[in-house]
Amino acid sequence: MVRAGRRRGRLQTAGFYALATLFMLPTVFVFYWMITLSLKPQVEATAYPPSFFRFTVTTRGYHEVFTKYPFLLYTWNSLVVALGSTALGLAVGLPAAYSIARWRQRRLALAILVARIIPGISYLIPWYVFFRQLRMVDTYGALILTHLIVSLPIVIWVMIGFFEDLPADLEDAALIDGCSYYGSFWRVALPLVKPGVVATGILAFVFSWNNFLFSVILAGRQTRTLPIAVFNMISYEEINWGTLAAAATLITLPVLLLAVVVQRHIVTGLTFGAVKQ
Amino acid sequence: MTLPLPSGERVGVRGAAAPGAPALAPASSLARWAHRHARWLFPAPAVLLVAAIIAYPIVYTVWMSLQEWFISSLTAPKFIGLANYQKILVADARFREAFFRTVYFTFLVVTAETVLGVAMALLFNREFWGRGLLRTFAILPMVATPTAIALVFVMMYHPTLGVANYLLTVVGLPPFKWTYSSQTALYALALVDVWEWTPLIMLIALAGLASLPREPYEAAWIDGASTLQAFWRITLPLLRPTLVVAILFRAIDALKTFDIIYVITQGGPANSTETINILLFNQAFSYFNMGYASSMAVALFATVMGASLILIKVRRTTTW
Repeated sequence: MVRAGRRRGRLQTAGFYALATLFMLPTVFVFYWMITLSLKPQVEATAYPPSFFRFTVTTRGYHEVFTKYPFLLYTWNSLVVALGSTALGLAVGLPAAYSIARWRQRRLALAILVARIIPGISYLIPWYVFFRQLRMVDTYGALILTHLIVSLPIVIWVMIGFFEDLPADLEDAALIDGCSYYGSFWRVALPLVKPGVVATGILAFVFSWNNFLFSVILAGRQTRTLPIAVFNMISYEEINWGTLAAAATLITLPVLLLAVVVQRHIVTGLTFGAVKQ
Repeated sequence: MTLPLPSGERVGVRGAAAPGAPALAPASSLARWAHRHARWLFPAPAVLLVAAIIAYPIVYTVWMSLQEWFISSLTAPKFIGLANYQKILVADARFREAFFRTVYFTFLVVTAETVLGVAMALLFNREFWGRGLLRTFAILPMVATPTAIALVFVMMYHPTLGVANYLLTVVGLPPFKWTYSSQTALYALALVDVWEWTPLIMLIALAGLASLPREPYEAAWIDGASTLQAFWRITLPLLRPTLVVAILFRAIDALKTFDIIYVITQGGPANSTETINILLFNQAFSYFNMGYASSMAVALFATVMGASLILIKVRRTTTW
């Protein structure tokens, strides 16, 4: 009887892992396919039936990405825009989040949430008109400002949670000791939420890096970011699949690595603090 | 003369340190003024920025939607009242189709993601070896650059060279045309969205399941309820508030889906994947028909806000 029970348990475990593998296979496979395609020579990348495990490994795709296209410039552009909008988002978002948490400014928090709900495409027409008039299309300034729509709500909503978790007495003690609110924000609250600031910064960076919609209109020859560059590559029909996959891998790999670092905060960030993990 | 209060009285009282509280007030009058108005000054930069980059453009879009204006031509905008709205609501069949396509796409992906996500959460809501690894894998599709993922799907969906059709033939199914046929293209795109976002619903549902109380299950167990009954009668009702949040966020974002559609099909073949987002984008930035596109933007905006309000209301009326 005991033995039968154990066998049943083992079968159940095997069944569980079989199901788990089945569910997770598509997730893993797409990334696996992207990376293996990027390492295949063109003949094997487009071979039918495709080879899953045995193929000639080549770095030609990666080589072509950098030699045939100004990929370094695109990477630099993406970095400048994502870092710029993250820094600006933190600079104005942190005090706002602190204030919302400290003085329970619910209406302000909701206004920021609305910014997250509104379709980005409905800002795009006025921005395009303005930035064209200001001759700011194809400048970092326009891209950083517009990417704030991505970074600022994330910063504010994720940081509200961190500031609310701070023990109130600490700050009150600072205030009683003669600190102004600015002092207590800068010297007491901020150092305590530093891990949160890092996580939030990474989140904002990731989603700014991924942004396609704003950059496709507002970036030009000089400021084209990686997602736009990769999109433009598809238009050339005859392109090497290995090169395409290499480009896709290059632009998404940094983001994946960063996301793994802050994985505990991803769902909180995506649901604006509605779901905490 | 005021005596400093014993600090113990303030412990835990948020925001009770009212104006004038500090014993050693900041020196200059400017600093004192800033301290007193801190609750407005702290969020002021963010509020100003939001007003400049969000509020003003929205007002401008609404205003533009009442004009006829081709930005490519040299003629100035012409005020035409509600004519653009009359056009999208009554005359323009293409807009109507795009609208229902957007709603259908959203319904499709959110339903699939919720069913799959909850099923996965139920399966994974236990201790097992590899739980951490699973969570790590689950976040990857959500954060991967959509453009890059779209690119990979373009290659996988290729009708003759793609791995998707090969996998179908392996399990004995006929090959599909995926994004190359107007009959299947929208579903092929929905599949990409489901691939990206099912993990989000799963993770949210997992967080919800972890916070469920144990007692109802013990009571049901004693009363001889089956596992299925326990799921329908206990788990699902308790999980509902969490799920509504998840569905709310997914529905809002699915209505706005742009990247994967624009990269993979650009609305084709034969407009079969042209959602409002794509139609409006092309009207604005291919035909430079700014006034007309603005009226579509307002319509999309209203749809998204309407969906949010409905779901928020559903959440409020939810009883435990």
